[in-house]
Amino acid sequence: MILVVAEHANGKLAKSTLELLTAARSLNRAGDVTALILGSDILAIAAEAARFADQVLVAQTPALAQYDPELWTAAIVQIAREGEAHTILIGASRSGREYSPRVAIRLDAPLLEDIISLHDEAGSLHAQRYTYLARVTESISAKAPIIVATIKPGAFAPAASLPSPSEQWDVDLNLPTARLKVTGKTTESTDRVSLTEADIVVSGGRGAGTAEAFTALIEPLADRLGAAIGATRAVVDAGWRPYAEQVGQTGKTVQPSVYIAIGISGAVQHLSGMNKSKLIVAINRDAEAPIFKITDYGIVGDVQQLVPAILAELKK
Amino acid sequence: MRIFTLIRQVLDAEETVRVQNNAVALASSKLVMDTMDEYGVEEALRLREQGAEAEIIAIGVGPARLQDALRTALAMGVDRAIHVETDLALDALALSKVVATLASEESADLILTGGQQADWDSHALGAATAERLNWPQATWTTALALSGRTLTGRHDVDEGSETFTLDLPAVITTQQGLNEPRYPTLPGIMKAKKKETRKETLDRFDVVPTVSFERAEIQTKSRKLRILDGKDPQAAAAELINLLRNEARVIA
Ligand SMILES: Cc1cc2nc3c(=O)[nH]c(=O)nc-3n(C[C@H](O)[C@H](O)[C@H](O)COP(=O)(O)OP(=O)(O)OC[C@H]3O[C@@H](n4cnc5c(N)ncnc54)[C@H](O)[C@@H]3O)c2cc1C
Ligand SMILES: Nc1ncnc2c1ncn2[C@@H]1O[C@H](COP(=O)(O)O)[C@@H](O)[C@H]1O
Repeated sequence: MILVVAEHANGKLAKSTLELLTAARSLNRAGDVTALILGSDILAIAAEAARFADQVLVAQTPALAQYDPELWTAAIVQIAREGEAHTILIGASRSGREYSPRVAIRLDAPLLEDIISLHDEAGSLHAQRYTYLARVTESISAKAPIIVATIKPGAFAPAASLPSPSEQWDVDLNLPTARLKVTGKTTESTDRVSLTEADIVVSGGRGAGTAEAFTALIEPLADRLGAAIGATRAVVDAGWRPYAEQVGQTGKTVQPSVYIAIGISGAVQHLSGMNKSKLIVAINRDAEAPIFKITDYGIVGDVQQLVPAILAELKK
Repeated sequence: MRIFTLIRQVLDAEETVRVQNNAVALASSKLVMDTMDEYGVEEALRLREQGAEAEIIAIGVGPARLQDALRTALAMGVDRAIHVETDLALDALALSKVVATLASEESADLILTGGQQADWDSHALGAATAERLNWPQATWTTALALSGRTLTGRHDVDEGSETFTLDLPAVITTQQGLNEPRYPTLPGIMKAKKKETRKETLDRFDVVPTVSFERAEIQTKSRKLRILDGKDPQAAAAELINLLRNEARVIA
């Protein structure tokens, strides 16, 4: 069995789950592609998953209302053992990357982490991943009775739906009690399209000038293009923008069709979060700024003049 | 109590990555302690400055050159270092066995490690070590305090952040925002010379890599590099929009 741990939020299957299912299917390994749904109010999600996976395991219990690395580990390990899984695919989200190593250790399985490709070659799994702040592509492989892999969001196309929904099975779990006690939660929210799923991202750096200028220039441009807003760490540290918008090593990784970098120098830590974008546009007054080395279309000039001019042009 | 802070040595951010013979070549490059690990060292020192009675030990597993990064940790204020010397590149799960073994032997109570270091882009070491020790963990930590044996803190999760409490022993992985790492001072550097670095070999830890490394490549996308002069903002804006609309066809 290929076990796919479904990611979901706000009562919906996440796009990443469909990407995991594509990865699972393209493997051509024996056994059903099985989606495991963990949570407390997940029947609608399970029904949605049944349109994409060969079978769906539903672990619905109040104990799983909140994600916890140790509960998730216990649940997945139990299901993997009972179902004799040989491959476990997990999303390389923050949570996936935090519990997957525990699952691997407990099952004595190798971990292929944050991978962008995956295929089976005579029983061993071969994968690629980015290293050195996304500057290097590393090829790795593992051979073992059971292997755990986390899959980078956006690396695989979402799976197409099946002709008819598959079967759903309820499963019972023996769960430990969580040792990390959550005492409060702050949720990111935005009215705009989500940064990691957006087709166009308009990102601003320190070159936007001030928090007010960022709002006055970057927001209208993003709205005009139906884009998400991104920011550099310099801008987030200065308090101009929320951390949720940070792109880079310690923020989010994006690979939109178009990434528009405005007043961004192009430090490696920022590039690691966006250098796989299909098309990169940059505006910077410094012709030597490193961002221009990876730019498709760029303008050397002043943000304060150029962004209003671009907006005016877009309205034509 | 004892705090472990794990140290990796990575390419300086200003350096260009080079690949030779299918592997990243570091021999002639400037290497530094990973910034994410600096956060770990800094946080251990701050926990002590805020009242925890702790011995702080820097742990490094890697080639001889790693001693430079360990010396930086000692100069920042760590008490002693353990250097497991090996030229073998270990994956995170294999490495976690070394760390967990040392943690048991030294009776460590808290392990701080960098989230997503700048070389292997991995986030697995902290959780794998925690699992081997059967300890709990908090990852992507942006704030931390210790009172008695209870940690309180804040960390990033999928959609935002959480505040938490957690009893020792535990593993914490760092994240930007946790603190501003201090620079080693001259007296710190002088004192570091007298501090102990215990050398060990990898043999006794009985580790085997679980993942085989095949090759590393630098694959840069080819970029158009069409850079326009913005002295006439209207003309440049018009040309850019024209390119986006009619050449790349990415906007309407
Ligand atoms: C461990 C670690 C993790 C990090 N993680 C991240 C991360 O996740 N994301 C991230 O972004 N950074 C990260 N950084 C920080 C990174 O190194 C850079 O400091 C940061 O990206 C710089 O942001 P910036 O480009 O906005 O600012 P700057 O580097 O100051 O660049 C501003 C640019 O704007 C241009 N400019 C100024 N005024 C104008 C104008 N009027 N018109 C046109 N151009 C103008 C300048 O020429 C300059 O190129 C990290 C650093 C470390 C050590
Ligand atoms: N054509 C390109 N497309 C995408 N990223 C690139 C390209 N060229 C360089 N980079 C990235 O730009 C950064 C600086 O590269 P370098 O100038 O080689 O140090 C690294 O993050 C590279 O991966």
